[in-house]
Formats: sequence, structure tokens, C-alpha cells
Amino acid sequence: MAEPPLSPALRPIEGLGRWTLATVDSLGRFGAFLGLAVGAIFTPPFKLWTLLGRINYIGFRSLLIIMLTGTFTGMVLGLQIFLTLSRFGSEAFLGPAVALSIIRELGPVLAALMVTGRAGSALTAELGIMRITEQIDALTVMALSPMRYLVAPSIVAGLITFPMMTALFDVVGIFGGYLVGVELLGLSEGTYFGEMQTFVSMADIMTGFWKSVCFGIIVTWVCTYKGFHVSRGAEGVSAATTQAVVLSSVLILVWDYFLGTVLP
Amino acid sequence: MIKVVGLRKSFHGQPVLRGIDLEVPTGTITVIIGRSGGGKSVFLKHLLGLLRPDSGRIEVDGVDLAALRGRGLDEVRKRYGVVFQGGALFDSMTCRENVAFPLREKTRLSHADIVKAVDTALERVGLSGIGDKYPEEVSGGMRKRVAIARALVTEPEIVFFDEPTTGLDPVLVNTIHSLIKELHQRSRFTAVMVSHEIPEVFDLADLVGMLHDGRIVEIGPPGAIQSSQNPIVRQFIRGEPDTESQG
Repeated sequence: MAEPPLSPALRPIEGLGRWTLATVDSLGRFGAFLGLAVGAIFTPPFKLWTLLGRINYIGFRSLLIIMLTGTFTGMVLGLQIFLTLSRFGSEAFLGPAVALSIIRELGPVLAALMVTGRAGSALTAELGIMRITEQIDALTVMALSPMRYLVAPSIVAGLITFPMMTALFDVVGIFGGYLVGVELLGLSEGTYFGEMQTFVSMADIMTGFWKSVCFGIIVTWVCTYKGFHVSRGAEGVSAATTQAVVLSSVLILVWDYFLGTVLP
Repeated sequence: MIKVVGLRKSFHGQPVLRGIDLEVPTGTITVIIGRSGGGKSVFLKHLLGLLRPDSGRIEVDGVDLAALRGRGLDEVRKRYGVVFQGGALFDSMTCRENVAFPLREKTRLSHADIVKAVDTALERVGLSGIGDKYPEEVSGGMRKRVAIARALVTEPEIVFFDEPTTGLDPVLVNTIHSLIKELHQRSRFTAVMVSHEIPEVFDLADLVGMLHDGRIVEIGPPGAIQSSQNPIVRQFIRGEPDTESQG
């Protein structure tokens, strides 16, 4: 028997209930997808060549953009921090200020955002096109797991490449600060690097490392999930790619805050 | 034998399959015809285990597909070969790599044996020379033939064809149908094909079933379907315009 129509006053509550159910349902799918992917990572036979291909796709091809953005981030930081510190006569602390900012925060976050824009979006589009052209279905009906062939290698590649990209970003960022602080503004090289060794500890480096590991999982998880569940043809691929980049970027910033409060 | 009993499926409350009953005898070519949007592809996805029915049974040699998951389902799928509507070739691989892929991943054949099997498969579909090209570099007809070679290279017991000739010119339609018939005579696989190529499918099929409005309204040998008195079947095979929709 059909249910009687709700009174207009109750409809917003019904809408809220539907939205809540849909959100919980989609979060459940999202979590289950990661669970299946993690299961696929540990299921032999291991696809070493596929993994190397993904590392090349996500990491190696992002090198240029990482070096470019890292260098200029360091240069901007060097300039701005030098101008601020010079008001207090504390220019000597330029090195540690640039290094700490980059190693703890800007390195992992900006590297992750850059890789999201370059490789994450491409990952979503690639999987989305495979979905709409039935290539994922073809794998499934061959009794071969698309999770193991397409998703798991991308997540492992993210885990490996994000910390490496972050380390590279850190190095070129500190070098960018050096270019501005030492070569342009006349700070001594010894002061720039010497004070850095005093103030930057292993805990700072590990904070950046753990952030980059988390971002590697988040970006590849979100981007493969969105690509894997594309529907509605080319328009669906376009929408999924946008959603993947936006959601990844937001999660990177939110998770960065949480990790910042938890990690030393 | 594939046996479908009372298969029902709805999407968002909208029924698409309303109780399909069908038997596909082993070693035959059964073609499902019907109008676009009639549920043919949805039905085929159920046979492949890509969709789960709301109710009903899909038995493959007595094993209920609807009750299987994971490895159990994969065991049935290992007996399948599938030719998708657009070919579904992996665009990052050459045609040769596409055909070799199921052998490389599902068998323990040596590299030399795989090369030999791929050469034979490509030769059978008349594409010996194009193996090193990527799918985007060959014509639509060639892509379909590569897809057929890939589906048959593992010598499956059951082969599904999802509108394998859609978008091809009449000459290519007949070429693909002849190829399927020839390969079937050679391997005697059980074939289920979804198509709306009328009248060409009548030369190919052992059984033709008409799917309309989520049900098989008639099934039988091609001759019986061609002389059917069912107005829905007659309208479809004669290509008569839909008077109701013209208002």
C-alpha cells in the first residue's frame, strides 16, 4: 500500500533524512572501496611492472611541476620572511624559518596539491574513460580483478611517490629561499644553513613525511574511487574529475590541520 | 546449458526486466532481438554477473549465478568470452597485446605459446598484419574483430556478443556474422548474442528470442520467428513504425 503524502511542514525533515542516508551510504561505499583496494594490494600475484608504470605516471611525470613550484615557493618565502625578520633585526633566522615552513607544512601540502592537479585528475579521467568504454567490465568478466590491476597499484604508487615528491619539494624550496636570501639579499651562506641545522629537528622532518604518506593515500583513494564509479559518459568523466580534484584538495587541507594538531 | 527463470530487475523503482524465462541449449547460437531500451544489455549484464537480479535465477550448467560472489563467480566467468558493444579493447595496449592479455593473465602458457596462439587468433579473424597497431589506429570493423579474437583466444565454452555489429556498414555486418558462424562451427561454443540486425541474424542464429518490455515474448528457430503472428514480433522484424508513439 502506498504511503500517504507527507504534510508540507515535514518535507524538509524528510529531505534531511534522505540526504543523511545518501551521505552515510556513500561514505560506506567510499570506505569499502579502500578496504577492497587494501585487500587487493596484499593479494598475489603482485604486478611489479604495473606498479612501476604507476610510479612513473604519478611521480616521475610530476617532477617538473614539483621542482618549479617548490623553487618559487621557497623564493617567495625567502623574500617575505626576510622582509619581516629584518624589521626585528633577526635576518639570521631566515634559514630555519624557510626550512620549517616548507618541511612541516608547505612541502607536503603543496606537493600533494600539485600532484593532485597533474596526476590525480588524469587518474580519475583514465579510469572514468575505462569505465564508460567497458574496459573495466572487460577485466571483470575475464575473472581478473580491476581493483588489483587498476586501483591497488595506484594507491601503492601514491604511498611511495608522495613522500619522494615532498622531499624533492623541500630541497628545491630551501634552495629557492637560499637564492633569494643569500644570492639576492646578501645573507651569508653559513648563517642560512647553519641556523637551519640548529632549529630543524628529525621530528619536523617526520611530521612532513607522515603528512605526505597520508596525502598519498587520500589523493589516490579519492581519485581512483571517483574514476571507478563514473557514469553518464563524457559529462560524467568531466564531473568526476572535477569532484576528485576538489575533494582531494579539501581533504588534504583538512587532514593537514588534524595531523598538525596530533603530530609533534 | 544456460537457464534463466523469472529474472526481474528494477532501477530506482522502474522495472526493466519483468520476469525473463529463457533456455540456451549448449553449443547453439541464441540471439536476443528487441527494440533499443528494451532491456537487452541489462539482461546480458545479468548473464555476465555484472548486475545482480532483484529476483529469479540464472543457471549456468546448474550453478545459480545470482547466488555466487567473488571467486565462485570468477570460476564461472573463466568459462566465458565476451565481445562488448564497443570492443572494450584496452587502449593502452596494441591489438596483439590485447589478444595476448587473457592468456598472459589467466594461463601458464610460455611466451612462445602465447605468441603462437595470438598469431592464430588474429589470422582467424583476418587481421594478421595489424597486431602492432593500437585500437585507436584501426577501423571500427577491425576493432570488433580484434575483440572477437580476444574473446575466443582462451577457447571459452560460452561466448557473449553484445551488439557486435552496431555502427558497421552492411558489408561489415555480414563479414562479422560470417566470421562468428565460422568460428562457432570450428569451436562449437555456446553463444548468446544481443542484436537488432534484422534480417541478418536469422542466417546466424539457431534460436531467436524477442525481448520486449522486459519479457521474452517469443522464442524459437529463425524460421518460426520470421513467420510469427505475434504483432510485436512482426512489427519489429518488418521495421514498421510505432503508430502509438506517432500519436
